[in-house]
Amino acid sequence: MLKIRPIINGEKKELDLKDPLETLLDFLRRHHYVGVKEGCRQGQCGACTVLVDGRPVNSCLYLAIRTDGKEITTIEGLGRPGNLNFIQQAFLETGAVQCGYCTPGMVLSTRALLDKNPRPTEEEIKIALDGNLCRCTGYVKIIEAVKLAAQKLKNKK
Amino acid sequence: MMDEKIKKFQEVNVSKIKVDGPALVSGQPSFVADFFVPNMLWAKVLWSPYAHARIKNIDPRPALKIPGVKAVLTYKDVPRIPFTTAGQGYPEPSPYDSFILDNKVRFVGDRVAAVVAETEEIAEEALKYIKVDYEILPAVFDPREAIKPGAPIIHDEKEATTALPLKYEPQRNLCAHVDMQVGDIEKGLKDADFVLEREYDIHYGNHAMIEPHITTVYFDSNGRMVIVTSTQVPFHVRRIVARALNIAVQNIRVIKPRIGGGFGGKQEVLIEPLVAALAWKVRQPVCLKYSRAEEFVSGRCRHPQLIKLRTGVKKDGTITAIDMKILMNNGAYGAHALTIICNSGSKVLPLVHSENISFWGDTVYTNLPVCGAYRGYGATEAYFAFGVQMDEMAEKIGIDIVEWYKKIHIREGETSPVFAALGEGRAGVEQKITSCGLDKCLELGAKEINWSEKRNQKKTGRFRRGVGMVALMQGSAIPEIDMGSATIKMNEDGSFNLLIGATDLGTGSDTILAQIAAETLGVPTEKIIVTSSDTDLTPFDVGAYASSTTYLSGQAVLKTAQKVKQQILNVAAEMLNEPAENLTIENGIIYGKSGKVTYQEVALFSLYEKNQFQIVASDSHIVHKSPPPFSAHFAEVEVDILTGKVKVIKYVAAVDCGTAINPRLAEGQNEGAVLNGISYALTERYIFNERGKMLNPNFDYYKIFSTADLPEIKTILVPTYEPTGPYGAKSISEVGINGPCPAIANAIYNAIGVRLYQTPFIPDKVLEAIKKAGIK
Repeated sequence: MLKIRPIINGEKKELDLKDPLETLLDFLRRHHYVGVKEGCRQGQCGACTVLVDGRPVNSCLYLAIRTDGKEITTIEGLGRPGNLNFIQQAFLETGAVQCGYCTPGMVLSTRALLDKNPRPTEEEIKIALDGNLCRCTGYVKIIEAVKLAAQKLKNKK
Repeated sequence: MMDEKIKKFQEVNVSKIKVDGPALVSGQPSFVADFFVPNMLWAKVLWSPYAHARIKNIDPRPALKIPGVKAVLTYKDVPRIPFTTAGQGYPEPSPYDSFILDNKVRFVGDRVAAVVAETEEIAEEALKYIKVDYEILPAVFDPREAIKPGAPIIHDEKEATTALPLKYEPQRNLCAHVDMQVGDIEKGLKDADFVLEREYDIHYGNHAMIEPHITTVYFDSNGRMVIVTSTQVPFHVRRIVARALNIAVQNIRVIKPRIGGGFGGKQEVLIEPLVAALAWKVRQPVCLKYSRAEEFVSGRCRHPQLIKLRTGVKKDGTITAIDMKILMNNGAYGAHALTIICNSGSKVLPLVHSENISFWGDTVYTNLPVCGAYRGYGATEAYFAFGVQMDEMAEKIGIDIVEWYKKIHIREGETSPVFAALGEGRAGVEQKITSCGLDKCLELGAKEINWSEKRNQKKTGRFRRGVGMVALMQGSAIPEIDMGSATIKMNEDGSFNLLIGATDLGTGSDTILAQIAAETLGVPTEKIIVTSSDTDLTPFDVGAYASSTTYLSGQAVLKTAQKVKQQILNVAAEMLNEPAENLTIENGIIYGKSGKVTYQEVALFSLYEKNQFQIVASDSHIVHKSPPPFSAHFAEVEVDILTGKVKVIKYVAAVDCGTAINPRLAEGQNEGAVLNGISYALTERYIFNERGKMLNPNFDYYKIFSTADLPEIKTILVPTYEPTGPYGAKSISEVGINGPCPAIANAIYNAIGVRLYQTPFIPDKVLEAIKKAGIK
């Protein structure tokens, strides 16, 4: 059986691949990282966003085999109920979560943005989240959430 | 009066964090696809490549030979019982014209057969080996042609029928009909100084919820069927699956976990009967999930409508006649055929006063994708016609449209004859308006968009800006039909289980219902543990549709909590040895003259000490009216006269939803509806080829707005107090989607002087109109 060794949420793993063409989306979900969501399998909706070496990717179009030796961050790696991270907290406080299906992808795209650019303008936020579709919120509160997360980050420093 | 009431609230009218929020924001297993059932098999469906054909012969044997394939179902393997996929109350007003699988296909994307296999890949591969011999039949795509004599008959099967005595004539593709008269329309037109008559054309739309339809069916240790499904209507799923498979309701349990958006698309019992039939066949767990393309083609859509609207108005602005005629295209099956067209009248016509009103509608079958419930539910379509015509008429009589709406709209204490005349598939229910904040919505919205200045500014150059507006209403639940119920029980630590059939599809209803329970019980919302939408565990609720949950299920929760509170007081009275009437509750503590006891002490006493019993109550609620939320929408657009591209610069939606139980969630409902509406007005559309096939079933070519497209959206909540709602609340979920089509069309007119009567306002159509008008 083909195995790969990614670092998932900071943990070194050795996990089997179903086949060499298995997508990162299917690979992660099969190994019970179900926070990553399937929305279109065409790289158009962003629900399957995870971070590979800190960069957001559509895991539905990304082969799992490419993550051998790389760092993968999924939503499970950010925080759990009772111990949420500041971005997740900001999404809750602003009402940016409705059905929650796009949320993991949105939060991870936000994480990638703030890692690179801790004080983004509204335009920069809109561009960073452009690949993540949401049908519930109209994005108003999501953008507010990213701004609040940036504020929280600033206060932490 | 109103402010006083609102001030007293502790737990409602507060932006609490969603009770399911921490799990959702951290990706905990919450959705149907997140639950892994051992030995689960996967299903795939073979879709019709033809718009209209009879299956002469179908041979699944080659597919069955593929290793890993467990079963193939065709029409020969399922009960021939007609049902409707519309998830409505019983008896459903939609025709029974669907089978789990049939020997006829009626649109490109209709079901032919289904495969169950060990993996999705094997199931997909096996589809290619099902041999089908089709007899291709003539097809019809235009509703105007479908209703003519000699058109291909789409439902020629003898079983097609209705559960209610309704006008249903499938032999001429007539799926539903409604008409209603108030006063004398001809006289009204004669009395008018101005008469306008126009035709409007509103297009197909897709819900585009990010989680496509998905259902898993398995059997519990006692052999009962468990359906875990992404639905807005768990109790209707149970009933309709039982009918379609001819099994007892008793043997079915439906569980709705978190669901990834619905917007009406999941008010449809779409795939559950098929997955249940497959699981029944193999006696093993089966999961079927739609792909994005399947969601577009074989899911459900917004009903396109052709609307003829005629209004007569006097010079002083009095409306003397409104005459609306609608031809609605339902696609190949009749889901919501009658009720949506009824709503096109009943949620629009009462907004303004007129003594003479005529409403007429035909819904017809065509060989196109199937339409169903979609946020707005017919009102969205009719408000486009109505809102644009009102704007045009205001110009004719020379009055500012905002001022005109202020003169003619329905107000508190008033009624409309339409309420009684037109209901959902039957006569309506008379009602007086008991709360209306529309004047305030008009005033605040106009101020926010800077109406008078922008409306009258000069438009020149390549990029021309304009503003437009529309006034709106919807309803709150279906009166005398919808029912919701709740159970609340007290635990020994003073926490409470709230069990509700109501269905949270991302709207936040679990949260706001917990807030209502908490407010009534006098405890923090955090003390309420919510379990919703499990037909074995929670009491009945019709489900999440018709803007009903807050108003209807909210009141059921409130009544239940009052009963529980009384039980708590009775126990406390026994403990304190004082009459219950003397006791007061504050923050989980009961005070008497002689002392106090906490909720926890009451709970422990009731469970362990003396005269033990479980503090628990249930109650149900039906509504006798459907108080409308009101809203005023204002759009500012910029039109590029060289390319025809329309850009929304700013969008203001002022909305009266009574008391907002959770203001942030209420704003979110409005913002989501508004952006969905803007995107539908400008970019979303179905492109069909001449054989009725949708050519753009993906997010690249069916464009829904992303953050980069987002205009400035401003929600203004205008508080009123609806006396029949829980803590003064009305609905909010739908009304917001009705505004963008008319408000943007009116803004385009204001910018460039061109009226658009057909949606969506895509650049080629706008440019064509610009050229036709000779604008330079």
